[in-house]
Amino acid sequence: MAKKTKTTANTATTFSKETYLQWFEMMYRIRRFEEQAFMVYQVQRKIRGFLHLCIGQEAIYAGMMSACRPDDAWITAYRQHGTALAKGISPRAAMAELFGKYTGNVKGKGGSMHYFDASLRYYGGHGIVGGQIGLGAGIALADQYQGKDSVTLCLFGDGAARQGMLHEAYNMAMTWKLPVIYICENNKYAMGTSVERTSNVQDIYKLGLGYEMPSYQVDGMNPEAVHEAIAKAAQHAREGKGPTFLEINTYRYKGHSMSDPSKYRTKDEEKAYKEQDPIMVVERKLLSLGMEQTALDALREQINAEIADSIDFADKSPLPPATELYTDNYTQADYPFIMD
Amino acid sequence: MSRKIRLREALREAMSEEMRRDPNVLIMGEEVALYNGAYKVSQGMLEEFGAKRVIDTPIAELGFTAIGVGAATAGLRPIIEFMTWNFAVLAFDQIVNHAAKIYSMSAGQINCPIVFRGPTGAAGQLGQQHSQTFESWMANVPGLKVVSTVNPYDAKGLLKTAIRDNDPVCFMESEVCYSDEGEVPTDEYLIPLGVADVKRQGTDVTLVSFNKMVKVCLSAADELAKMGISAEVVDLRSIRPLDHETVIKSVKKTNRLVVVDESWPFAGVSAEVCYRVQKYAFDYLDAPITRVNGADTSVPFSSTLVDAWMPNPEKVIKAVKAVMYR
Ligand SMILES: Cc1ncc(C[n+]2csc(CCOP(=O)(O)OP(=O)(O)O)c2C)c(N)n1
Ligand SMILES: [Mg+2]
Repeated sequence: MAKKTKTTANTATTFSKETYLQWFEMMYRIRRFEEQAFMVYQVQRKIRGFLHLCIGQEAIYAGMMSACRPDDAWITAYRQHGTALAKGISPRAAMAELFGKYTGNVKGKGGSMHYFDASLRYYGGHGIVGGQIGLGAGIALADQYQGKDSVTLCLFGDGAARQGMLHEAYNMAMTWKLPVIYICENNKYAMGTSVERTSNVQDIYKLGLGYEMPSYQVDGMNPEAVHEAIAKAAQHAREGKGPTFLEINTYRYKGHSMSDPSKYRTKDEEKAYKEQDPIMVVERKLLSLGMEQTALDALREQINAEIADSIDFADKSPLPPATELYTDNYTQADYPFIMD
Repeated sequence: MSRKIRLREALREAMSEEMRRDPNVLIMGEEVALYNGAYKVSQGMLEEFGAKRVIDTPIAELGFTAIGVGAATAGLRPIIEFMTWNFAVLAFDQIVNHAAKIYSMSAGQINCPIVFRGPTGAAGQLGQQHSQTFESWMANVPGLKVVSTVNPYDAKGLLKTAIRDNDPVCFMESEVCYSDEGEVPTDEYLIPLGVADVKRQGTDVTLVSFNKMVKVCLSAADELAKMGISAEVVDLRSIRPLDHETVIKSVKKTNRLVVVDESWPFAGVSAEVCYRVQKYAFDYLDAPITRVNGADTSVPFSSTLVDAWMPNPEKVIKAVKAVMYR
């Protein structure tokens, strides 16, 4: 029977200095990317539309990155810059996409919400809350069917956990033992709605228990805990034992998108999470492992330069030509569109 | 007496007045109560009517729509707000298979007085999944009525009628127009469903449209006037039932028609208007009817592609020149 286990910072696995450094680098890259994108949106106004930031949630993507294989598939919702960078989409391609430029990872066609990269098995960036919960099971079915031992990491929010899709997909994923790892990024809010206000059950991992899916709560401010939970779930899936559900507790520091002043939450709540900031915690760990502060500062500078370059690249890149409207709608090259 | 108010206020007034009038009217949807609505349409309503009647739901469109439809069959008159109609797709089963058919299935014993409302259409750079129009989809279904408007005066009068209607009504707005201002009477008024409105008189060509495309037509008409072309602008307001009489009357006067519809062209509202006009005003047409639609593609993110996709005054003017052989 599935049961709840609280993973804490005192994980059983010990990680090497290189792993911490890898986490630090990726988390800082994601944070810098998003902080700069935020500036470009607010000040230069060169990014338009929605921009959902994952600042505060970076430890999840760091832990996923180190616990997975490159051939594992990832799929998520619209709050996805961190997931995409951790999967290997370059800051240049990601930033250019935010600008709607032709050099973006989907030619400027998707923007902030719809990153895709088939070569990395990054299955997107989805805007309809909860839809990807079923898609993730489907990708896992394809891998299982074709005898591959890849797993699919399928992410969704605490708000998305309220869609009926979760129940239909969980039942089939368990019945068919699909190699999928469900990750609920519980950042406590769906837009302005807190978890308490939308459910009688507030421990979201419990939703898996009705299907006897192994279900756990994980500390999402800590890449060690995330890595360990995902590594275990991946092994379970690769052994043909089916899905796992991880409720990863985290916090978004910013509003839902750019127009949300986040009036619904308190400064104290924000402060409590910022005190466990994953980048800060991993930095301290690296220092305790003998890293020099100067080396970490130099790494930060290097990443700052990389992100500055991505903005410069995005800015100088061309917009897609209007003719691109009629490409990528059908695989059929000569599809007869209605033109009048 | 009248005053200028915004579209969101006009909609709010309609709902609030009907809620004061009838205790069985309630509103339900994501973020409608505590957050005052994703686009602030329901601002202050929780305060006035309380949590029993202004209900925040989880993100569960199929479920809360079903609960609304069920409640409508048992004596309530719910207003279901969709944050946008793109998300109502999850609830189409309830709207199309249930709400639209219960009256027929029960042989007239049980009706379904419910309003499904929210913004529709492309609203800038929001990408493929957030830029769709749904008038043609819903208008295809017998049992449903469909209203689509962004004019504050029309929106208030039509929404009040929709709430009092004993059949299910799909009501479509636009998030880019919620701050649009218009003159709205202080006294109560209702506008019947199924009646189009001539928004501008003209003699040379008829422009038929609805929702925010009416604004595109009006600015095209301003430009056309400078070129000496007098365009009449007909705002359908209701899509189902469709007031083809008003359209045909106008076409009989101008002898030329351009239909401007943000929806995709295939089997859409524009196609239906064209059918009715060719059937009832064939002999009055001096040129084949032309239409301006959103392109026959998904709506991508980039500004160049959104611009290429959207109907705009330039495209309308080009179409008018074509039907005028100019
Ligand atoms: C089906 C559907 N309903 C509503 C929305 C509007 N919407 C976008 S994000 C969101 C909140 C989702 O919250 P959560 O799942 O917790 O993810 P988070 O934003 O916290 O990452 C809502 C209601 C949508 N995109 N799709
Ligand atoms: Mg959330």
